[in-house]
Amino acid sequence: MAISIKVNGVRHSVDVDGDTPLLWVLRDALGLTGTKFGCGIAQCGACTVFLNGKPLRSCAFPIAALGDGEVTTIEGVNGRTARAVQRAWTARDVPQCGYCQSGQVMSAIALLSEVRRPTDRDIDLAMNGNICRCAAYVRIRAAIKDAARTLEG
Amino acid sequence: MARHDTRLTRRDALKGVAGLVLGFYLPGDAAKAQSGAARIFTPDAGAAAFAPNAFVRIGADDRVTVLIKHIEFGQGPFTGLATLVAEELDADWSKVRAEHAPSNPDLYKNLAFGMQGTGGSTAIANSYEQMRKAGATARAMLVEAAAQAWRVPAGEITVERGVLRHARTGRTGRFGQFAQAASHVPVPDNVPLKDAARFRLIGREGAVRRLDSASKANGTAQFTIDIREPDMLTVVVARPSRFGGKVVSFEAGDARAVRGVVDVKEVPSGVAVYAEGMWPALKGRERLRVTWDEAGAEKRSTDEIIEAYRELARKPGTVAGQHGDAEAALARGGRVIEAEYVFPYLAHAPMEPLDGFLHWDGQRALARLGSQLQTGDHQAIAGVLGLSPEQVRLETMLAGGSFGRRAQPTMELAVELAQVAKAIGPGRPVKLVWTREDDIRGGYYRPLFVHRLRGALRDGKIVAWANTAVGQTFLKGSPFEAMIKDGIDPLMVEGARELSYDIADFRCDVHTADVGVPTLWWRSVGHTHTGYAVECFVDELLQAAGQDPVAGRLAMMGKAPRHAGVLRAVADLARWSGPGPFNDRARGVAVVESFGSFIAQIAEVSAGGPEGPRVHRVWCAVDCGVAVNPDVIRAQMEGGIGFGLGHALFAEVELDEGRPVQGNFDTYRSLRIHEMPQVEVAIVRSAETPTGVGEPGVPPIAPAVANAMARLGLPRPRRLPMLRGLAS
Ligand code: FES
Ligand code: FES
Repeated sequence: MAISIKVNGVRHSVDVDGDTPLLWVLRDALGLTGTKFGCGIAQCGACTVFLNGKPLRSCAFPIAALGDGEVTTIEGVNGRTARAVQRAWTARDVPQCGYCQSGQVMSAIALLSEVRRPTDRDIDLAMNGNICRCAAYVRIRAAIKDAARTLEG
Repeated sequence: MARHDTRLTRRDALKGVAGLVLGFYLPGDAAKAQSGAARIFTPDAGAAAFAPNAFVRIGADDRVTVLIKHIEFGQGPFTGLATLVAEELDADWSKVRAEHAPSNPDLYKNLAFGMQGTGGSTAIANSYEQMRKAGATARAMLVEAAAQAWRVPAGEITVERGVLRHARTGRTGRFGQFAQAASHVPVPDNVPLKDAARFRLIGREGAVRRLDSASKANGTAQFTIDIREPDMLTVVVARPSRFGGKVVSFEAGDARAVRGVVDVKEVPSGVAVYAEGMWPALKGRERLRVTWDEAGAEKRSTDEIIEAYRELARKPGTVAGQHGDAEAALARGGRVIEAEYVFPYLAHAPMEPLDGFLHWDGQRALARLGSQLQTGDHQAIAGVLGLSPEQVRLETMLAGGSFGRRAQPTMELAVELAQVAKAIGPGRPVKLVWTREDDIRGGYYRPLFVHRLRGALRDGKIVAWANTAVGQTFLKGSPFEAMIKDGIDPLMVEGARELSYDIADFRCDVHTADVGVPTLWWRSVGHTHTGYAVECFVDELLQAAGQDPVAGRLAMMGKAPRHAGVLRAVADLARWSGPGPFNDRARGVAVVESFGSFIAQIAEVSAGGPEGPRVHRVWCAVDCGVAVNPDVIRAQMEGGIGFGLGHALFAEVELDEGRPVQGNFDTYRSLRIHEMPQVEVAIVRSAETPTGVGEPGVPPIAPAVANAMARLGLPRPRRLPMLRGLAS
């Protein structure tokens, strides 16, 4: 069945079953491989994208439920907050293996879009759905704070 | 054999590197085939103007590309090895990039192994001289080219940040300008290396940033799972629910009916479903009906295995280390203390599950995967496809973690990859992907272990120590079997067979159990359990003797100056004033040497709530010889602490009548950001040859936490994980 979806501002028609998780539509049908597969059951956050600007675990979201929703992936983020986060990530050398980091960056952008000056508790709440098996958490926290400072200044 | 000679001459440089070093052994077949494999792909210069050796490429655009023989899966070899080259080359770091070298054991063998591969935290240690020489040689050739062009003596030319300069004549030039000319200069022998005092990048804070951060922060880094090729099929395999099960028959009608499923084939590891994407592959696999023969499968539950191990632990095993007479000393009396520790099976669960890409056209094959033992994987793929190694090209991909899982003595992933390609026939590129459940239920675990310890105290001193360890060996029957000496697998008792502490009467013995669960090295290998058993037990004895955990350890470290050095350093860093408790927090200590690096940690812990102990802060001191990239070292300590802590608190794979119970991150619980302590790292200054940091940060954290818990009046956990049954 042909399904029409809007991703990163571009409309696509994809021919997949309606129960296909958004993650596999993005990766296999659209070739947007920045969004990763880590668990498939909404536990790890590697597949985090935005649906209408809000973070979503795309591995557990059937494409049929998307309706008119607009999807943004790591390939499509831009703007001041995204730039501040990605710069902070690079300046702190946050990534180790890097595989979880698309999801971490997406969750961090979502947090800073809502809360300009997150406390440690805000960070815990916004980021604890994103597992990093390399445990780069010390730097993830520090980079979020760096990005928040850049955005204030 | 030449290979052995190389290793012997390198022995000094590699002294202190993992036990893996001395025993590494190339199977006869692989050794024979090796020369063939070496010929298949001698990397050309590509677009680069100047390719002085196997490691360095310099383009007319000034770009310096360093070919990295070690896989990058987070521990930083791209940055580390490139730093070594750039240092001697006097390159401009902003022009340096790294890429994986192809599989070619002659050019790219790990000098500690004799074949191409990564492990035992050897990447920097075995490359330290080799990569510096590669950079120094390239530099000398560029200088010579400039000297000829400028008609000045080479000795008068200086190089700084990618710029050659002749002060007297005021001439300058960039690397790119001389790249072409340098390629005609004869390759000099024995170019001298810099004196450490002149290092500008090695060991300099902030001098280099990681080369792979930006692409990993913006999603463009390419992992195996991201490979897409025309006509490629995604493959998942249905495997038995018990280790050792075999396919009897299968019914694939419903699976084939799934839109997007292209084919279903039996392969030696199970039944493979081929589809035009991951989702149809998974749906197809769910609709398979497979009948398994599990007659030969392991059917015990972990509780039964543990009981059997505990019984064995009460009998003396094969002696792995001893001095004096521990039994006699224990019988002499004084205060005798006994403890038993139980360690679960652990999955590595790298963030990117196992996967591989293979395109076989019947004559040749291209394999792309996160290969950690390239030479073995290369041979395995050639073997399954009936090709010579020359007909196979293996490219190493960035991998989303490994923690040991991708270093496979049995090459099970490469073999399965080749088998699924072979089963569907030539001309169909395949991408084999394991799901998280495939991964966590797929075996190759850190082996389950039981340690029984007995110690005697007299006059406030530890006078006797006896340790019986029980577990599995994964070396037996593998290409690494030669590492087993006198019936002892050294990886089972590393860290326990000799201690850094002076104890008059000492024995460590081991029982090797036969269990049908495949096991494997897991980040820091034997030290994952011996570090805990030894450091908890020594702390328990010191506590019983009324001694301070730091001072008590130091008093026994007369023959272990580097252990003592990091212990003093961490005590300074934490402003140690005893274990406490101070208000509701106590501090625990542990010191573990692994892979030639010495690490001491202090954990500050409170009792927490039903969610278990809360680890607030961790101080860590590390002595890994010359610190090549201080920030990478810090990152590895932070990550090692988080990795070690998460598993100690939450992780185990239980077996229920042989079937793994945990299957995904809902039950195989991982540390999350709110559970990560603050970490402070001190790097001890050292002029020793650099040693690894990928693994050694892991072992001390769990015993440090346990020892803090004991000072809070809680029991020292005798069975890991500390929070059993709380996994969710
Ligand atoms: S892959 Fe979606 S949360 Fe793990
Ligand atoms: S960087 Fe490896 S999982 Fe996060």
